[in-house]
Amino acid sequence: MNSLPVTRIDARLGKLREEGRAALVTFVTAGDPDPETSLAILKALPGAGADIIEFGMPFSDPMAEGPPIQAADIRALAAGQTLAKTLRQVRAFREGDDETPIVLMGYYNPIYAYGVDRFVRDTKAAGVDGLIVVDLPPEEDEELCLPAIDAGISFIRLATPTSDDARLPVLLRNSSGFVYYVSVLGVTGVKSAAAGDVAAAVARIKAHTPLPVMVGFGVRTGEQAAAIAAHADGVVVGSALVNAVRDSLDGGKATAGTVQAVAGLVADLAAGVRRGRN
Amino acid sequence: MTDAQTPNSFRTGPDERGHFGIFGGRYVAETLMPLILELDRAYREAKADPAFQAELQALHATYTGRPSPLYFAERLTAHLGGARIYLKREELNHTGSHKINNCLGQILLARRMGKTRIIAETGAGQHGVASATVCARFGYPCEVYMGATDVERQKPNVFRMELLGAKVHPVTAGNGTLKDAMNEALRDWVTNVESTYYMIGTAAGPHPYPAMVRDFQSVIGEETRAQILAAEGRLPDLVIAAVGGGSNAIGIFHSFLDDRDVRIVGVEAGGHGMDVHNGHAASLNGGKPGVLHGNRTYLLQDEDGQILEGHSISAGLDYPGIGPEHSWLNDQGRVAYVPATDREALDAFQMLTRVEGIIPALESAHAVAEAIKQAPKMGKDEIIVVNLSGRGDKDVFTVGKILGVEL
Repeated sequence: MNSLPVTRIDARLGKLREEGRAALVTFVTAGDPDPETSLAILKALPGAGADIIEFGMPFSDPMAEGPPIQAADIRALAAGQTLAKTLRQVRAFREGDDETPIVLMGYYNPIYAYGVDRFVRDTKAAGVDGLIVVDLPPEEDEELCLPAIDAGISFIRLATPTSDDARLPVLLRNSSGFVYYVSVLGVTGVKSAAAGDVAAAVARIKAHTPLPVMVGFGVRTGEQAAAIAAHADGVVVGSALVNAVRDSLDGGKATAGTVQAVAGLVADLAAGVRRGRN
Repeated sequence: MTDAQTPNSFRTGPDERGHFGIFGGRYVAETLMPLILELDRAYREAKADPAFQAELQALHATYTGRPSPLYFAERLTAHLGGARIYLKREELNHTGSHKINNCLGQILLARRMGKTRIIAETGAGQHGVASATVCARFGYPCEVYMGATDVERQKPNVFRMELLGAKVHPVTAGNGTLKDAMNEALRDWVTNVESTYYMIGTAAGPHPYPAMVRDFQSVIGEETRAQILAAEGRLPDLVIAAVGGGSNAIGIFHSFLDDRDVRIVGVEAGGHGMDVHNGHAASLNGGKPGVLHGNRTYLLQDEDGQILEGHSISAGLDYPGIGPEHSWLNDQGRVAYVPATDREALDAFQMLTRVEGIIPALESAHAVAEAIKQAPKMGKDEIIVVNLSGRGDKDVFTVGKILGVEL
């Protein structure tokens, strides 16, 4: 098999390692609340302090998401978002930013409907660096993980509290970029983990891999981000950001304050991440 | 047929990774994967354990009321004027449907695995009632996820579950039907994976569920085979069952899959008609392969891979997918899957009630509807077996409403 991909993710995380600080990974749903505003949010994220962007591919049945991201997916689909539009937004973003890594995150069926070969070709061409597909465990690597690796796209795994020492080597096989540690049992945007538990879990994962470990689930504030950043290579925030989108809407429509609502929260989180190691 | 070769047997699947051809598999979030693998091991051990099988059989004999009778529907046969019609009376089982066959097997497995809490999804409420029943019998807390729309149209079953001590969570996401209930049950499972056993009600979901549920339901076909041989001295010419997720269907089909002279027909929910966009729940006749709820199978979906809601008069068939083994049997050409509309099911519901004094579930009425179409075209010496998977007491309000009767 080919060696694992090296992408903008590795370059960015290498640079942050030299700077001695943790990464802020921000998740927003593509097409939420509408295609145009979503692109404006995407473009505003790096300036506000996002180091890596997870761009959610909306799905009608997001089984592992809590109410915030479920609602964001519904908003995006109602506004006509499709996978083709998501890729178009990534291409538009890349015209002005060739450094910030983009990871597409979502569920397998829209990708399967799009066609796996066409998907990996088009995502690579659009400037996508990594994929997180929630319902593709390593047992199904032949579906998308291996074709993605062949195309030079990192396949990023979720590790969870149920990933024991027997399971970790299985799920880390074929993974590159970083490991996303889901710090609590449950769906997104509901519970948050205690910092002590996170430290122990990150140490356990690091015993199995040289990859950076990003920690997410339930992080809402700069303060929480700082606490996690002290123990991990990065912090992932998603539900709080899509809630910021939701809270900025008027009658379901974007307002003049929508982009700033997200950017403001990202700036607060970025400040938290930056002071986490001090 | 999509495969170039016909297999020697249609009864050997799935492979060890849970695939029936390209269908099946284990498409779940990583949090669940260790448990899915543990479940697979635990089920294989239980299946091979004579004590497990003996306990299940004893419960079926004294608690479920098995074997269920195979009944010659003499008046229906005369009324239609063709093939001899037999009904496999799963509606006489304790709790009123075939669902108890699966739930008893799974509760014994949950106990064996040391789980302390049971969750389930339900559409018509038949699986919810069967789950609540076995939880009461074995002393487990039970929480049932049910679409809010279904809670409304299946009120008698909601109250029955509550009487049995279960907590029913109405799910308002999406259209509030079975698909949404399954999403919510999966979310509960991810959150409570250590303590909780997820009792899936149909032969779908991640491996090993499709194979395990089929195994627990296969008692239907095994009995039917022996009973028709005793009654007629030969196998039937045609076996018919309704298909939503497809557990009653695979349960009766599986014993006959390698009897090439036995025609097998699965009946999907044709709803308002196959030409009405998103107006039916016929995954095989109106869908295409995709991945949802842990398996690859035929799904109702749009161009972008977003899942459609579908529609059926029957809450139990109102699901945009189907068990993966059915998808495989469809593509192999071994089983023919045809739709029956809401109207045809309703007519069949009334006909069976008037002619035989048996009120079928609206789900099962879809299978009866196909028998009504087929029997007159067949010879009087030919034999049809219909799986009467459930009784229709739960549906009298729905039917009353459609017929304009205030209840």
